[in-house]
Amino acid sequence: MTLHGLKAIAAALAAGETTSVALVEAVLEKIERLDGKLNSFVSLTRDVALRAARRADAAISRGETGSLLGIPMAHKDIFCTEGVKTSAGSRMLDSFTAPYDAGVVERLKHAGAVMVGKTNMDEFAMGSSSETSFYGPVGNPWDLGRVPGGSSGGSAAAVAARLVPYATGTDTGGSIRQPAALTGITGIKPTYGRVSRYGMIAFASSLDQGGVLAPSAEDAALVLEAMAGFDPRDSTSVDEPVPEYSALVDESLRGRRIGVPKEFIASGVDPAVSAALATALEQLAGLGCEVEETSLPHLGLSVPTYYVVAPAEASANLARYDGVRFGYRAENPANLTDLYERSRREGFGAEVKRRILIGTFVLSHGYYDAYYLRAQRVRQRIAADFRHAFERYDFLVGPTTPSAAFRLGEKTADPVSMYLNDIFTIGVNLAGLPACSVPMGFDGNLPVGLQMIGKAFDEAGILALAHQYQQVTDWHRRVPPRWE
Amino acid sequence: MDWEPVIGLEIHAQLLTRSKIFSAASTAFGAEPNVNACPIDLGYPGMLPVLNREVVRMAVMFGLAVDAEIAPRSVFARKNYFYPDLPKGYQISQYELPIVGPGRLTISLEDGHEKVIGITRAHLEEDAGKSLHEAFDGSTGIDLNRAGVPLLEIVSEPDLRSAREAGAYMKAIHTLVRYLGICDGNMQEGSLRCDANVSLRPRGSRSFGTRTEIKNVNSFHFIEQAIDYEIARQADLLESGGTVVQETRLYDPERHETRSMRAKEEANDYRYFPDPDLLPVELDAAFINAIRATLPELPRARRERLQTQYGLSAYDAGVLTAERELADYYEAVVESLGGEAKLSANWVMGELAAALNREGLTIGTSRISAPGLAGLLRQIIDGLISGKLAKEVFEAMWAGEGEADAVIKKRGLRQISDPEALVRVIDEVIAANPSQVAQYKAGKEKLFGYFVGQVMKQTRGRANPAEVNRLLKQRLPPPGG
Repeated sequence: MTLHGLKAIAAALAAGETTSVALVEAVLEKIERLDGKLNSFVSLTRDVALRAARRADAAISRGETGSLLGIPMAHKDIFCTEGVKTSAGSRMLDSFTAPYDAGVVERLKHAGAVMVGKTNMDEFAMGSSSETSFYGPVGNPWDLGRVPGGSSGGSAAAVAARLVPYATGTDTGGSIRQPAALTGITGIKPTYGRVSRYGMIAFASSLDQGGVLAPSAEDAALVLEAMAGFDPRDSTSVDEPVPEYSALVDESLRGRRIGVPKEFIASGVDPAVSAALATALEQLAGLGCEVEETSLPHLGLSVPTYYVVAPAEASANLARYDGVRFGYRAENPANLTDLYERSRREGFGAEVKRRILIGTFVLSHGYYDAYYLRAQRVRQRIAADFRHAFERYDFLVGPTTPSAAFRLGEKTADPVSMYLNDIFTIGVNLAGLPACSVPMGFDGNLPVGLQMIGKAFDEAGILALAHQYQQVTDWHRRVPPRWE
Repeated sequence: MDWEPVIGLEIHAQLLTRSKIFSAASTAFGAEPNVNACPIDLGYPGMLPVLNREVVRMAVMFGLAVDAEIAPRSVFARKNYFYPDLPKGYQISQYELPIVGPGRLTISLEDGHEKVIGITRAHLEEDAGKSLHEAFDGSTGIDLNRAGVPLLEIVSEPDLRSAREAGAYMKAIHTLVRYLGICDGNMQEGSLRCDANVSLRPRGSRSFGTRTEIKNVNSFHFIEQAIDYEIARQADLLESGGTVVQETRLYDPERHETRSMRAKEEANDYRYFPDPDLLPVELDAAFINAIRATLPELPRARRERLQTQYGLSAYDAGVLTAERELADYYEAVVESLGGEAKLSANWVMGELAAALNREGLTIGTSRISAPGLAGLLRQIIDGLISGKLAKEVFEAMWAGEGEADAVIKKRGLRQISDPEALVRVIDEVIAANPSQVAQYKAGKEKLFGYFVGQVMKQTRGRANPAEVNRLLKQRLPPPGG
């Protein structure tokens, strides 16, 4: 099966050239054959997938159509799936099966999407390399010695290796965009509130947002329009109509203004990334956009701000994993304290513990004002920077990451250097804005990404920009050798 | 030393909603353990709270009833601590920005005086579950039916100066929340619970002494006992040169004492922060005014009105307005009689209250309706039945024998006022008791009552006592007169 693009797959299904069952079998065969090296999947759901595929084939034979109907896909293992294990990459939830579907899972099911499995990820989405998973690290299909980025590294690697046509992800500080950049695919993190967080295992509630990883912006648009929308079960979900993104990707960009924050091109960016960016900016200008340099003065504070806010929220969000009601429970606890302490000590990995400790510390009596409240004030400043910039510009662009994929294990001993890999993506989460990453070239054999940030709820705008950029480039069509 | 107690109460009122504060699970009491707990209440991964708007309405009602400021913007926060009956590892509560700000409530004291008690704040929060230590063979069971039940925590200023005042304040809150229909006030089921902060200071001092907190006292009686015990304990300590330790104490109603639960040093750092899963609650004036328009007449206003409108004593008005349904019942009786406020009050507070008490019923489940009782009282007013027989009729009505007139007819209890008929009976009594008549005529005047009694006996109580008196005096004029 070498069909590329959701439109082409849907057309082949509608024309009877293939069936959903055949696609599922082909996808599962490829995963079983190749994923041993990649480790992008935590679980495969053959029976569930085949049942859904047969239903989709029946629907197609009745003449029903749908852009996702009958097409295989994978969910990041952070979205709860009824009857299928949801681990969040943690030993803590290795035995957990939710009795409900996440809002995102429901919506895609409703659109006829066929889940073939759940993808590997950094434990509880805490990481930028997909190395912190209880199920072992994920490889980058461009170079198995390198990380695919994280935390949605399993989804990114699976899509980059063309194991599945698309996958879902979540992005708290860059967890969709950074792995998309490092694996040479397209990833979009929508506006905070655009996609339901119901049933999505929380890391940092005020920052978490579900999104899509797919080869192209056009495919991402098709998936996002099925995924997005108001969900009354999530109080932070926003009741704002969802445009038909896929129908808007060709809207003219003539005269649209693009700002390039100088903080995004400051020192610390690898030369190959800078060079790719320079070319990309020319190509965006060629689409009719006006490109000029601008500034987000407080952007440099986004990493320290994030590493107060996100762990603070996480420390409370992860308190429910106590060994009492579900998930990992230490054997033969001597008493209640022992049950808590050992269940959490044995159930959580090192990075999760580090963040729980940081979060507990910054919320503690005597430190709350100096850390948590101060971080909230800086967060307001960062959001204000973006607001001011968007008074003048339609889009802000820059590199998604300062460099291409690093080696497995390279940054595990130095968490701060790991955290700094998200320096360009984190500010967007703090401001709650939509952004995507598209491939914009290579550093040697490793892809690098271009980040496009939009105004709140202007996913249509950034998808159009990304799509039209992909009409004049072919980076998104590059597939890592040996995976084609 | 003359010690002055300083007391403040924190009252948790369970709001009377059908579903929980952040989930659709039922709040019904008494279900099998964990039947009324959904994945949100269980703190399952990915589950999110959604605010039940009904609790906002109820909290605002309370705030308006105590003349409090209603916060235009209030915020839910997470209170972090580990406990098996706290599924998420944090309780969603309100901390820095509660929905109800400073207010006040006027209470009536036993000596008839009134006192204004300051209310610091009232905030919304979710209840925790319950640990069950029995019947699990050394293990602990957890029932999460209560987890997520909506509570309004009402915090008073330290304005109370005795156990009696604290009891009166708690009763006033109990009455108020029931009037407002926002809490059923059922203390056995834990719908209204109270923590008391108690400290002592030398009378005249302006500063506060070290306080202790008495947790979870669940009856009016116990709250007074617990505070009295704690006042005596602290006074003994201070008198003997000791110091009060700031701590949480638990009242043991069987031993009539409080004992230490945990010292302040062991207290948790709850690490409150705004809950990012919930938006701030923003209320505009239109919303608040719409709720204001639905407020019922409040207990104190109603008591005052009953005194002036019906001429009731302060005591009677207080008893009759202690519950909204009782006051409604009373006023319905008076209304259908077109007056007779005192007679109605006597019956409602007398026979009816006794019958309800006897069977553990509430006014809402009374076996005699307000029109039914009015029908009985009408018979008395019209002289168709004696007050004494009316009690028999009341009992028959209570037993389900029908309305007053039907019972009277069936039992033949109609009062005899016809002079001819009464004179016949009187003459029979005189004829049958010649020796007593002789003694009476010889000056033994108190035998008059004996003759009245004989007439009543002959008529099985149906004779109109006033007529019997009048006619007897004609037949047997007083000896000296």
